Amino acid sequence: MTSDVQLATRPADVSARDRVDAAKNLVVSFVLNGKPLSVAVAPTELLADTLREGLGLTGTKVACGTGDCGTCTAILDGEAVRSCLMLTAMVAGKTVETIEGLAGESDIHPIQQAFIDTGAVQCGYCTPGMILAAKALLDENPKPSADDIKEAISGNLCRCTGYTKIIEAIDKVANAVA
Amino acid sequence: MRPFHYERAATPAAAVKMAGTTPMSPDQPSVATPVQYLAGGTNLLDMMKIDVMRPDRVVDINAIAETRHGGIEVSDDGMWLGALARMAEVAEHADVKHRFPVIAQSLTLAASQQLRNMASIGGNVLQRTRCPYYRDTSYAECNKRDPGSGCAALGGFNRMHAVLGTSKACIATYPGDFAQALIALDARVEITGAHGHRSMAFAELHRRPDDEPHMETRLAPGELITAFTIAALPWARRSKYLKIRDRESYEFALASAAVALDMDGDIVREARIALGGVATVPWRASAAEHEIQGKRLDERALAAAAEAAFADARVFEHNAFKIALGKRTLTRALRETAAMET
Repeated sequence: MTSDVQLATRPADVSARDRVDAAKNLVVSFVLNGKPLSVAVAPTELLADTLREGLGLTGTKVACGTGDCGTCTAILDGEAVRSCLMLTAMVAGKTVETIEGLAGESDIHPIQQAFIDTGAVQCGYCTPGMILAAKALLDENPKPSADDIKEAISGNLCRCTGYTKIIEAIDKVANAVA
Repeated sequence: MRPFHYERAATPAAAVKMAGTTPMSPDQPSVATPVQYLAGGTNLLDMMKIDVMRPDRVVDINAIAETRHGGIEVSDDGMWLGALARMAEVAEHADVKHRFPVIAQSLTLAASQQLRNMASIGGNVLQRTRCPYYRDTSYAECNKRDPGSGCAALGGFNRMHAVLGTSKACIATYPGDFAQALIALDARVEITGAHGHRSMAFAELHRRPDDEPHMETRLAPGELITAFTIAALPWARRSKYLKIRDRESYEFALASAAVALDMDGDIVREARIALGGVATVPWRASAAEHEIQGKRLDERALAAAAEAAFADARVFEHNAFKIALGKRTLTRALRETAAMET
């Protein structure tokens, strides 16, 4: 695993450390939405910032920045995680999915379609995180109960919908793939 | 976030060796330790973003999850939990749910799915208090961050603060849930460091604030938690975690109780009680256990247990409600645990 991260030489003093940090001295290789890539980042760089600022994938949102709201949800090796509380260095050798990776060439993902059909989107800010939390759930548990759905999205805040339509949309996809 | 040097370790021995190359003072505030181990990062990176923790070096220990220390081993004798096991893995493990339910419940109720997928159980027990004065560096007074500077919570807004185990120096609440479950099941913690391996009763890991609130645990600088062990005790199966909070998800406990009972009919043969949300450390309520051991769990015994648990409580301006809430939380948890089918 260490081969995925190239480490800079240990800085001798604080000013040298600052220079090393600014120099984006880590090269991190991972698979993003099915495609292998390498990015050069500072050790302090958060995955959410690499996705948004470095790679232009702005579907991943940052709202609270403290792991509470879920707008920064990404899927890491099949599991929903918070990209705002994760160093980019930590995804070396792993597989990351963001909302941009869900749609196929001609069709959007069934969960995305269900959110549209059900009216589960209002302002839209929580939507990418909600959809990714739902995808992680359905990939592992294709026939979730209403409680399973509520539990899976309980780490994603929505201030518009009251959640009812979101739960309905996820339930609809689960039933449709039967 | 302030810059730091990043390294990775694939074994506990390698991690300890990396950490050991930086001199660390044993009486330094835990937030000021210049080397920090990074597992899930859900607490450490949060603390670094708000500038409370400022490590020079971060040793990423996630690769240790590929070893035995990322796993869960269950046998007839009990359970061994690697410190790099994720909260979700432990919470969703069928044997854990069935044989050690208080463990699974405490982890499920502790955080959202995304955080449970990330956070290691070793890191979980070391999570820092949510005291808002500790977390906000614009308050100069915090004996945990800066020994001798005072405590802004004492005269501040202290609704969420502790009523048990407080001192004149600190009233910050221990925020976690899993730790109380470990105490209820007499867990031990395995530790490795520059001077070798050791283990201790988990209940001994955290230190009450007294006049050194910056010394939060008995871990020496550079020591690493590698595992937890839990014996298959008779009260493990009849165990429960009850958490009371302001809202039902992603919120810390106002009061919680981890309860484990060994029953002989309706007589309590053996009891374990640990309280959360009300104390400065994961709190074993030994006096409450004593009140119900060998007794029928009737209203009188429940009231005596609740009374004993909070007999030494000390309240502050905004948190007097925690005594009544804590007592009710404990009696409800005891009732529900006694009623469990096992």
